[in-house]
Amino acid sequence: MARNHITTTINGDEYEFLCDTEQTLLDCLRDELFLTGTKEGCASGDCGACNVMLDGQLVCSCLVLGVEADGKSMETIEGMAHGEELHPLQQKFLELNGLQCGICTPGILIAAKALLERDPDPTETEIRYWLAGNLCRCTGYDKVVRSVQAAAEEMRKG
Amino acid sequence: MSRAVFGESVKRIEDPELLRGEARFIDDISIPSMLEAALVRSPHAHAEIRGIDAAAALELPGVHAVLTLDDLRPYLLTEFLVVGLPSPSYKQERNRPVLAGDEVVYVGEPIAMVIAEDRYIAEDAAQLVEVDYDLLPAAADCRDALADGAPTVHKDAKDNLLAEFSMGYGDIDAAFGKAAHIYSEHITQHRGGSHSIECRGAVAVHDPGTDQLTLWVSSQMPHSTLRVLVDMLGRDENQMRVVTPDIGGGFGPKLVVYQEDVAVSVAAIKLGRPVKWIEDRREHFIATTQERDQYWEVEVAVDEDARILGLRGSIVHDHGAYTARGINLPQNSAESLPGPYEVPAFRMNTKLALTNKVPVTPVRGAGHPQAAFTIERLMDRIARELGLDRTEVRRRNLIQAQDMPYTRPLKTRGGVAVVLDSGDYPRSQKDTLERAGWDQFPARQLAAREEGRYIGIGLANFVKGTGRGPFEQVTVRIGTSGRVHVYTGGTAIGQGTKTMLAQIVAEQLGGDMGNVTVTTGDTAATALGIGTSNSRLAVTAGTSAHVAAGKVREKALKIAAHVLDSPVEDLEFDGAEIHVKDRPGRIANVGVKLGELAHAMAGTPGYSLPGGMGPGLEATEHVILDSKAFASGTAVAEVEVDIETGGVVILNYVLAHDCGRIINPMLVDGQAIGGTAHGIGNALYEWMGYDENGQPLTTNLADYLLVTATEMPRIDLLHHCSPSPLNPLGVKGVGECGVVPAPGAIISAVEDALTPFGVHIDRAPISPPEIVALIEQGRERS
Repeated sequence: MARNHITTTINGDEYEFLCDTEQTLLDCLRDELFLTGTKEGCASGDCGACNVMLDGQLVCSCLVLGVEADGKSMETIEGMAHGEELHPLQQKFLELNGLQCGICTPGILIAAKALLERDPDPTETEIRYWLAGNLCRCTGYDKVVRSVQAAAEEMRKG
Repeated sequence: MSRAVFGESVKRIEDPELLRGEARFIDDISIPSMLEAALVRSPHAHAEIRGIDAAAALELPGVHAVLTLDDLRPYLLTEFLVVGLPSPSYKQERNRPVLAGDEVVYVGEPIAMVIAEDRYIAEDAAQLVEVDYDLLPAAADCRDALADGAPTVHKDAKDNLLAEFSMGYGDIDAAFGKAAHIYSEHITQHRGGSHSIECRGAVAVHDPGTDQLTLWVSSQMPHSTLRVLVDMLGRDENQMRVVTPDIGGGFGPKLVVYQEDVAVSVAAIKLGRPVKWIEDRREHFIATTQERDQYWEVEVAVDEDARILGLRGSIVHDHGAYTARGINLPQNSAESLPGPYEVPAFRMNTKLALTNKVPVTPVRGAGHPQAAFTIERLMDRIARELGLDRTEVRRRNLIQAQDMPYTRPLKTRGGVAVVLDSGDYPRSQKDTLERAGWDQFPARQLAAREEGRYIGIGLANFVKGTGRGPFEQVTVRIGTSGRVHVYTGGTAIGQGTKTMLAQIVAEQLGGDMGNVTVTTGDTAATALGIGTSNSRLAVTAGTSAHVAAGKVREKALKIAAHVLDSPVEDLEFDGAEIHVKDRPGRIANVGVKLGELAHAMAGTPGYSLPGGMGPGLEATEHVILDSKAFASGTAVAEVEVDIETGGVVILNYVLAHDCGRIINPMLVDGQAIGGTAHGIGNALYEWMGYDENGQPLTTNLADYLLVTATEMPRIDLLHHCSPSPLNPLGVKGVGECGVVPAPGAIISAVEDALTPFGVHIDRAPISPPEIVALIEQGRERS
């Protein structure tokens, strides 16, 4: 069976890859492009560990097929920092211990970034509801939420 | 000057890679020519296997092998994983076969391993493997399993009693004989799965040239995995290495050595190709160990003043189909039932029932939350019966600070005396009540009721034995690069182990954590290792690291004194060098780099070592710590119950905890809050359901509810510090502490909110429909 030829933009760079029709976007990122920062937690859209941005929309990449990414633009965790400089969200997660084992963290960071791009000044309740699709077993979310709040404040200052 | 880092909220050294998506978890390991595996698992709770037909699967392009037990046997000395902790109480030995032979005893039991070019093909092929089953009756409920005539979990067994033991002390009959009041409770408890967001996984590589097998595995105990592989594969330690990559959460079940770990290893040897197996979430629900049901029958005897005279009862514990760990879990439950209270006489009988379900082993808390829930339910019962405030009953029964250390005439599973080493339990309760506004709560409750809202408050005290021994190995070495390397048999599963050890070591070796590298969970790095469980590493590995770093410090100073021709007392560490202190008459800041010292001690052919000292600049320690360090604390929960839907919202939650001296307050807060989230799940949400045939009912994260950010309240933390006298750092563990009191405090609060309906809650977790039913029953009674 012929594989599909996909052209996408990921974190600003153009990528081409071949994938099987049934291959998920998550597996394409990880296995075809070796962008392993995006994680599988459930493969059923319940945990958010595989969150990426697809044409500006927050998606679970385990529920998207690789072929659906053709011609589209993506953002993944690998594109979040600019070289040595961490994104303010990453910096605040580092300073405020917004992570423990870190397996859910890429998905949470992508989801939180999507929130702050829509709403630079969300309330704590809004942050909690926005992140309700991201399961974390370690932190109890407290420092996650505080980190997002602190990053939002930092980013508002510019 | 050397900077102090012990006790500071320093940033974690683990985090930069994790935040950039550059960390390497098990599924991120990819090796050229690697194949991927999927398992054929039993869809039945109990069946005989009459045959396995893999022909169709093998015809699928890309499939390399379908391995059954028969295929693995030539590579194995034994087909069983013999891992049970020692105990005289076993009635049956039930070890897991690496793959099922002629019988399957739980849904999810592995039968065959399919190995293919990738996971997609392997999973498709697994569907094509035809297994001919002859169904057998299953034992699903652990109480029913112990009844006469119950179907047996294993066809060759006469019954389902896996083990039975009693423990106790004091004259229990006399205590009940003289009691003013006796109250009994029947309590049902269930805890569910671990659900680390990373499931299990393993990657095995065999180099036929060197006959070297390397197994990367997401495990809390790689050294015990190695020992099982030695036993089963008949290969010696030098031919195998077990390594843990970054681990995406453990929470207990990853301390178990699993069938897949062994099967993947054999597959890599047999096929001559690297083999990867990554568990998916559904498999995690059916094939990774869990904590499930305990049924408690307990009686408490009290005097006229509500002081406990005696406590007795029994536990029936769901063990699952095999022994994947031991009797430890219900042993913890029974042993820790008295908790922080004075209990003059005590007797518990515990039965472990085999069931046709995936084996049960510890999940964060390991039997302690169930004990805490039970004793706290009894405290509430005594208060209600005697018309006392719930806090007063507890206050009268708490062990007093001046009685520390407090010896309880019980022994742990390893025969070590149970000694509560330090703590001020009454103060913990008092401070927590004040912070939570307990005394002002009746006014809040009244105001709420006038608005038609049902709010309640509840509390629970706890103790949690941490730092289970006997040791954890740590090597501290200064390399010729000047870098400080720390190696431990403990594993890092997200709790900040690397940072914790780097702090302890840096404290003595210059204060520069950036100059410390920590290697965890690698059998090539430390000869011995126990691993991560029981909130043990800060105590065990922390102590070994502290002592080892102290020895390296002492030696480094002596060598520096020789090199700099200056007395040791004139020298000080500063980052990666040792220099002469700034004092009159000395030339300040003349120093020597740690790397130069390591070079000197690495030896030069034909030259004596400086100062006549032994070679190298390193120390290995495994400080023996047999006794557990008991952390303690109090939780108060304030909740609102929607009496129409049964929904519970936590309005306020205060947790006081005492884990001795704190190494990193920020990390301790994270552990306490994370543990509390797990405990909230155990109180209100988490339920691993099975039907009467042993079929799992909750096999995805939509049906099985983990707490999300929206259910979690802000946790108000209070820190107390009663240093443990058992170790030189004065530390205790914290990882499990948040879990332990949560169900007791929350259920107490829910019951309090529903006082107008006379609701009595005898179980955890409790779901909204159950709450509504209890309210209905209460209404009918009145």
